[in-house]
Amino acid sequence: MPRLFTQLALLSSFIALSFAARAELSIQITQGVDNPIPISVVPFTIEGGGFLSEDVGQIVTNDLEQVGEFKALSPANMLSLPSQESEVFYRDWGILAQDYLLVGKIDRELGSQLIHVQYEFFDINREMKLAGEVLTGSVTQLRDIGHEISNVVFEAVTGTEGAFTTQILYIVADYINPELTNFRLEKADYDGQRAQILLESQEPIMSPSWSPTGQDVAYVSFETDLPRIYIQNIATGQRRQVTNYPNINSSPVWSPDGSKLAMVLSKDGSPDLYVQDLNTNQLQRVTDHPSIDTEPSWTPDGRSLVFMSDRTGQPQIYQIELGASSFNVERLTYDCYNCAKAKFLPDGVNLVHVRRETRQSPQYQIAILNIETLRVITLTDTSLDESPSLAPNGSMIMYATKFNGKGVLDAVSIDGRVKFRLPSTQGDVREPSWSPFLN
Amino acid sequence: MVKQSKKYFKISLLVCSLFVLGACSSTSDSDSDMEGTTSENASDSNNSGSNATSNAGSNSGQLSQEEIRAQNALRQTVFYFDFDIAEFKAADRDTLTFHARDLASNPNKRIRLEGHADERGTREYNLALGERRGNGVLNYLIVNGASRSQIEVVSYGEERPSQSGQSEQAYSRNRRVEVVGR
Repeated sequence: MPRLFTQLALLSSFIALSFAARAELSIQITQGVDNPIPISVVPFTIEGGGFLSEDVGQIVTNDLEQVGEFKALSPANMLSLPSQESEVFYRDWGILAQDYLLVGKIDRELGSQLIHVQYEFFDINREMKLAGEVLTGSVTQLRDIGHEISNVVFEAVTGTEGAFTTQILYIVADYINPELTNFRLEKADYDGQRAQILLESQEPIMSPSWSPTGQDVAYVSFETDLPRIYIQNIATGQRRQVTNYPNINSSPVWSPDGSKLAMVLSKDGSPDLYVQDLNTNQLQRVTDHPSIDTEPSWTPDGRSLVFMSDRTGQPQIYQIELGASSFNVERLTYDCYNCAKAKFLPDGVNLVHVRRETRQSPQYQIAILNIETLRVITLTDTSLDESPSLAPNGSMIMYATKFNGKGVLDAVSIDGRVKFRLPSTQGDVREPSWSPFLN
Repeated sequence: MVKQSKKYFKISLLVCSLFVLGACSSTSDSDSDMEGTTSENASDSNNSGSNATSNAGSNSGQLSQEEIRAQNALRQTVFYFDFDIAEFKAADRDTLTFHARDLASNPNKRIRLEGHADERGTREYNLALGERRGNGVLNYLIVNGASRSQIEVVSYGEERPSQSGQSEQAYSRNRRVEVVGR
């Protein structure tokens, strides 16, 4: 994605940045805060009046409230509406029990598409400015600029890199009539805005997976009447078919270094895991078992695959090191009736997965298993939750569920406290895949 | 497969013995009842004309009854499965036997077995489960005379439900293998 505004921002003046304060603050605030952090985002002033297609202040407010760490003050309750540092009186915000304040103004160049967005971010308790700069871009990039400001604010307060400029891939199935379903692979901002169609088909599309650079997507398409794996460049739309083996070709997942694709093939009888080298096309078989082995994911070090197998009767999660004997499989889950679709968090210890606790409780929920302590945290309480995908900063998990009989995308914070749902679109939405950081 | 072929052997014995029995005692009550219902069914269908013709041209009424049964069987192209079960239902065995014989006697005929699952469980697992269901039917057809090259198995997993919704009824319609001509 071209990020003109950040490049141009380098040319413009940095008003102030206080990295030292940021690091220190992050520790204080992320500890023991159970209530959302009070923050005021003053509506950004538009210099010379007029309207813009997007409300930058509102975008930031939505971002921050969506991830649950923050509670924004309604502008109607503000005592003043500053747009720059000289207009900020800390006591106005202290009275309102606000911890942080964001102000800004937008300057549109006359007769041009260029806009300059100046923002400043303050710690009310310490009465100091934490960050501020001028971001310059096209008027069509207002959302990008808003999300970028959210990233700065989020990191200044929590110490965690913000994921507000990331994107998601997902599948939409639109039932036109009993004979015709329109399947789409779409890409959108993390919050579901600015959706774009990457591929449209009357045959199913499944399992979108980002390349580690965020430039390509691998997926399964039935467009030839058979499930086959394709790789598509997101910017250019250029695509190629990667596999054409008999039977199932599914579940493509990029290795962390982007050089290989783990996949599932049933060409030798039953579904097994394979790894295909994307440069040499060399295919390496990883598992060899007459039961179903599927849903591979890479361990963070790229040396092993985690997968689901029903070799004991019901789906359970296993791990195998690449190059190891196919007998050398480690079982990771025991205490659930059905555990599937697992992927390690970057710590390599906590395993996000889909879990059905017992045969009697037919609910499929998103859970995290710590493989060292064996502690399980169930994050969701709906019953048909699947396809968990982790934000690149590790803060949230997006997943597919049903709402009023319709497929929707939900997100839950990694501690289970916060949930948000993406705006509803036409058709059944499913299989979210959260992008890496896109820079 | 071995188990299935044994079962089939028993069933085909049963079918043969019924046939012999029928041929020997064509006046028995149960037999004429059966005949009555099958010809009623047949006359409802589009194929009733050709049935009548073969009836007339044949010396044995029992043979045409077998043909009618075969034609009725071939009309059933969707086979339903129990939850999380990959084996087709025992009640469908005879019907699938007729499909196998039909393929055996029409070597140029090609079919596609489309395996499906309901939406419960993960999508990739359901894709695999749909294939397992399709393969179960495939193996049965081969054991009963069809040639491997006549049959293609494709799993759609839970991607192409035949009925939407989260009811047990919808789920039971979605767990299926469809026989599709190609």
